[in-house]
Amino acid sequence: MKLLSAIAAGAALTLAGFAANAGTLEDVKAKGHVQCGVSQGLPGFSNPDSAGNWTGIDVDVCRAVAAAVFGDAEKVKYTPLSAKERFTALQSGEIDVLSRNTTWTLTRDSALGLDFVGVNYYDGQGFMVRKDLGIKSAKELGGASVCVNIGTTTELNMADFFRANNLSYSPVVYEKADEVVAAYDAGRCDVYTTDRSGLAAQRLKLKDPNAHMVLPETISKEPLGPVVRHGDNKWGDVVRWSLYAMLQAEEMGLTSKNVDSIRSSTTDPAVKRLLGTEGDLGKSIGLPNDWSFNIIKHVGNYAESYNRHVGPDTPIGLARGVNALWTDGGLQYAMPLR
Amino acid sequence: MAADVQDDLAPTRPAIWNDPRYRAVFYQVLVLAAVLLAGAYIVNNTLENMERRGIASGFGFLTKTAGFSIDLHLIEYKEENSYGRAFLVALINTLLVSAIGIVITTVLGFVIGVARLSNNWLIAKLAAVYIELLRNIPLLLQIFFWYFAVLRILPSPRESHNAFDAIFLNIRGLFTPKPVFEPGFSAVFIAMVVALVGVIFMVRWAHKRQEETGQQFPKFRTSFAILIGLPLVAAMLAGFPLSWEYPVLKGFNYQGGLRMIPEFVALVLALSTYTASFIAEIVRAGILAVSQGQSEAASALGLSRGHTLRLVVIPQALRVIIPPLTSQYLNLTKNSSLAAAIAYPDLVLVFAGTALMQTGQAVEIIAITMAVYLTISLVISALMNWYNTRMALVER
Amino acid sequence: MTDAAHTYQPGQHPDLPPPSNAVGILAWLYKNLLSSWLNATLTISAAYLLFLSIPPLFQWLFFDADWVGETREVCSREGACWVYIIFWFKQLMYGRYPDAELWRINSAYVLLVLAAIPLFIPGFRWKQWIGVFLFFGYPIIAFYLFVGGSFGLTHVESPLWGGLFLTLVIALVGIVTSLPIGIILALGRRSSMPIIRALCIGFIELWRGVPLITVLFMASVMFPLFMPEGVNFDKLVRALIAVTLFSSAYMAEVVRGGLQAIPKGQYEGAQALGISYWKMMALIVLPQALKLVIPGIVNTFIGLFKDTTLVLIIGLFDFLGMAQLVGTNPDWVGFRIEGYVFVGAVFWIFCFSMSRYSQHLEKKLHTGH
Repeated sequence: MKLLSAIAAGAALTLAGFAANAGTLEDVKAKGHVQCGVSQGLPGFSNPDSAGNWTGIDVDVCRAVAAAVFGDAEKVKYTPLSAKERFTALQSGEIDVLSRNTTWTLTRDSALGLDFVGVNYYDGQGFMVRKDLGIKSAKELGGASVCVNIGTTTELNMADFFRANNLSYSPVVYEKADEVVAAYDAGRCDVYTTDRSGLAAQRLKLKDPNAHMVLPETISKEPLGPVVRHGDNKWGDVVRWSLYAMLQAEEMGLTSKNVDSIRSSTTDPAVKRLLGTEGDLGKSIGLPNDWSFNIIKHVGNYAESYNRHVGPDTPIGLARGVNALWTDGGLQYAMPLR
Repeated sequence: MAADVQDDLAPTRPAIWNDPRYRAVFYQVLVLAAVLLAGAYIVNNTLENMERRGIASGFGFLTKTAGFSIDLHLIEYKEENSYGRAFLVALINTLLVSAIGIVITTVLGFVIGVARLSNNWLIAKLAAVYIELLRNIPLLLQIFFWYFAVLRILPSPRESHNAFDAIFLNIRGLFTPKPVFEPGFSAVFIAMVVALVGVIFMVRWAHKRQEETGQQFPKFRTSFAILIGLPLVAAMLAGFPLSWEYPVLKGFNYQGGLRMIPEFVALVLALSTYTASFIAEIVRAGILAVSQGQSEAASALGLSRGHTLRLVVIPQALRVIIPPLTSQYLNLTKNSSLAAAIAYPDLVLVFAGTALMQTGQAVEIIAITMAVYLTISLVISALMNWYNTRMALVER
Repeated sequence: MTDAAHTYQPGQHPDLPPPSNAVGILAWLYKNLLSSWLNATLTISAAYLLFLSIPPLFQWLFFDADWVGETREVCSREGACWVYIIFWFKQLMYGRYPDAELWRINSAYVLLVLAAIPLFIPGFRWKQWIGVFLFFGYPIIAFYLFVGGSFGLTHVESPLWGGLFLTLVIALVGIVTSLPIGIILALGRRSSMPIIRALCIGFIELWRGVPLITVLFMASVMFPLFMPEGVNFDKLVRALIAVTLFSSAYMAEVVRGGLQAIPKGQYEGAQALGISYWKMMALIVLPQALKLVIPGIVNTFIGLFKDTTLVLIIGLFDFLGMAQLVGTNPDWVGFRIEGYVFVGAVFWIFCFSMSRYSQHLEKKLHTGH
C-alpha cells in the first residue's frame, strides 16, 4: 500500500500542478516556493551561470518576493521563457510572477489578461551598429537590415520608427534572443535593436564588443517590470510592495549590511514601520511583519541590486541615469509604505 | 428434453443487449457522446479562461493594421496593411519555398535514384552514401547546418563573392540581375501562349495520324522549334523588349535586381537535399519494380533503347513512383514550417509568431495555421487519389 | 601444355578458366568503372571530387583537430575543436540535470540495454515477457528514476532535463504511448460502425495533415487554455502530449497496413468459431498484423526520433537544442560546426543502425504465407 500511494502521489505531483482556486499567495505559501518566469539568459537581468544559478536585477525581484513571503530569498524556482512563451506561461499559472524585462504597455495590461505591478528598470529602445559603418544617427539607417527578437515591443517600435521617418528597412526576426545577437555578430544585419540595457548586456556576447557602438537615439519608452495575472490583486500587492520596499530601503539608506544594526537602534518611526518593529504593514498584505526586513537583509536595497548586476562596476556598466531615485533626479519612486 | 432441443433450433431474437446491430448503435452513441463531451469541456474551459483573463477573441484582428514589416513579400505589403494581408504574404512565402523546393528535390532525387542503379560502381556507391547520410540526420539539424554554419561564413556585402559583376553572393543573400519587361514584351508573351497552344494541337494531330496511318511525326523537334522560334521571332519584331536590372552596392547593401535571402537559400537547400534522399529511394524502387522481362520484350519487338525507356519502363515505373512521391512533396511542404527556426518569414514565423504575439489571439491564429496546412494536405491527397484511380491497372 | 596431348570425348572437356580479361581487379575495374566513355568520364570526375573533398575533410576532422585541453585557447589550429564538445559533453548528454543525480539516468540506460539484449538473442524463450516489461514495467521504473520525488530520490524538475537524455525520453515516450493509441485508431478506422470510423479517420487525417511544429505550438500556447483554471501541465508533458497525438496518427496508418494484409479467412475463421471481436483482434489478427508491421514501426520510430529535435523551437533543450545553446555561449563562439557534426553523427548512428535493423527484420519476417 505504501508503495502504491507513493506511486500515486508521485504521478499527481508531476503530471499536473493542481493549484486550487485559492489566490496565488496561498498557493505559493502552500507549495513553498515562488515560480518565477525569467529570460533564457540576459546578462544583468536574468542569467544562469554554468551551475544553473540565476542572477540579475529581474531575478532579484523574485528573490525579494520569496524573502517577503518565506523569509528566505532562495525559495524561488526559475522557468526560462522566450519572449513568445512568457505571457502564456503566466496566464496558464505555470509561473507565479513574470520578471523578464517585459515592457508595460496598455495592450498587455488589458487584452492579454496581465497586470503590471511596477517598474524595476526604466529603459528605452536603441540601435547598435558596427563602428566601421561610420553612422552617427539612426536617421541614416534607411535600407538597413535589422535583427530583432520576435514577439517583443521592439519589433513594433522599430516598424513605427522607420515608418515615421519614411525609411525602408528589412527585418530579420528570430525566436531566441541569443540567435539575434549571433546573427548580428555574424553580419547578417547592419543593425541590432533592443532595449538599451539589453544592448549593453548582449554586447558582452559579441566577438569584439569594442567594434560596435550604440546610436544616440532612444526611439521608445520601455518601462520594464514584473507582471502577475490579472485579477489576483492580493498577489499583485505582494509583488508590488516587495519592489517598493527595495526602493524605499535605498531611500532610507538601509542596506543588507546595516539593516540589522539599524533595526535595533533606530528611532525613526518610518524605518521602524518598514522593518516591521512598529505597525502592521506586513499583515495588511498577508505577509509576516518582518517581510521588508527580510527583503533588505537577503536581497538588499534597489541600489545594491542595481550595482551588483548592471551598475557601472559590472561588465555591463550602465549608469543609474533615469533609474536613480527621484531624490537624485531619477524616476524610481516608491509609493509611501505606511 | 427433446422439446427443448426443438426450441433451441427455432430462430430466436437475441436479447436487445446481445443484438449486434443495437450494440453497434449503442457503442457509437457512447463514443460520440464522450467525444462531444470532451470537446464541450475543452471549448467551455477555453471560453471561460479567455473571458476571465480578458483575452480578446474573434477574427476581427484580421482587418486591423499589422504594423510590422516582412522582409520577403511577393505581393505588395507595407506596415500599414492588415493582419489578413500579412497572413497572405506569409502563406505565399510558404508556398514559394515549397514549390521551389519541390522542383529542385525532384530533379535531384531522380538523378540520385538513377545513379544508385548505375553500372558504375563508384557512382552507385556515392549515391548510396548520399542517401544514407542525409536521410538519417534530422532535417532541423541540416537546416541549422546550412544556415548557421555554412551561410554564416559568407563575407559582408562590401567583400561579396562576385561573378561577372552581375551575380553577388554575401551574408545578406544571393543577388542576381532581374529581367525587366518593357512595354513591347506582351507581344513575346502572346507568342509564347500561341506556341504552347500550337504544340498541344500539333501533338494531338500527330497522335491521331499515328493511330490512323502508323506514320510517325517528329513531334519533339517540331515542338522545340515552335516553342523557341515563335517567341524569338516575336521578340525580334518587337526589338528585344527585355532588359536586365543589375544589383548595385548602395548604402548598406546591394539594391535592385533579384535577391534571395540566406534564410530562403538555407531552407530550400536543406529541404530539397533531405527530401531528395527519400525520393531517390522511391525512384530506385520504382525502376526495380518494372520487371526485366518488360525491357526484354520491348527490345524483342524491335523498340530502340530510348523508346523502351520512354514507352515501356518509365510509364510503369511512374505508376509505382507517383503515390509515394506526392507524399514526399507533402512532407516537404509541411517541413517548410521549420522556417520558423531560422527567421524565414513563412506562415509559422510571421503569422503563428509575430502576429500571434502582437494580438495575443493564440486560439484563432493556431487554428487558422493548422487549417491552412490541413487544406493543402487534403487537396494534395485528393489529387493523388484521383490520379491513382486514373492510373490504376485496369484488370481485364 | 600437356593438355594439348589429351583428347576428350565430345562433352567431356573440363571447364576452362574464364579468359584473363574477365576476372581479377582489372576486369572488375573495366566492368564497373570504365565500361564506356561516359562511364569512364563519370568515374574520373567522381574520383576527382572525392580527391578534392575527402583529404581536407579528414584533415579537419582528425589530423588538424584539437583533442585535449580545457579552454577555447587550445583551439588554435586549422581543424575541428573537439575540446569544445568535450568541455560541454555533460550538457549535451544530460542538459542541466544535477551532477549528483546523473547515476539515475545512467542506471536507466544500463537497465534498458540489459533488458533489450535478450531480444537480439535468437531462440531466447521469454522474449514476450521482456517485451511486456519494456513496454509497461520499464517506463514506470524510468519515470521514478528520472523524476524522483519519492522512494528517497530528490525531485528533479523537467526544466533541468536536456540533451540527448531528453531526446531519448521524448522519442521513447512517444513510441510507447502512440503504439496502443495507434492500434485503437487503426481498428476504429477499419470498423464497420460509421461514426467510429469517421471519428478515427478525422483524428488521423487531422494530425497527419499538419506539421509537427504547429502541433507543438498548439501544445505550448493553447493547451493551458483548454484546462480549467488552476490546472496546468508541465511544458515537457505538453510537448509529450503533442508528440503522442502526432505520432499515434502515423502509427495508426502503419498498423492499418498490417491489418489490411491479414487474409480475410483469418477473420472469418475466428468469427466462425464464435470468438468475440476483441478476443479475435487480440489473439488472432493483431499478433499477425503487428509482426508484419514491425519494420514499419521501427521506421516510424526513426522518423519520430529525428522529429524530436523540433521541441527546441518551443524552448525545450533537447540534444540539438543544447548544441544551439552552447553554440551561443560567448566564451565558445565559432564552434557551431563541431556541435552540428557531433549531434549529426550521434543521430546518424542511432537512425542508421535502426534502419539497418528494420531492413534485417523485413528480410527475416518475409517468410511468406
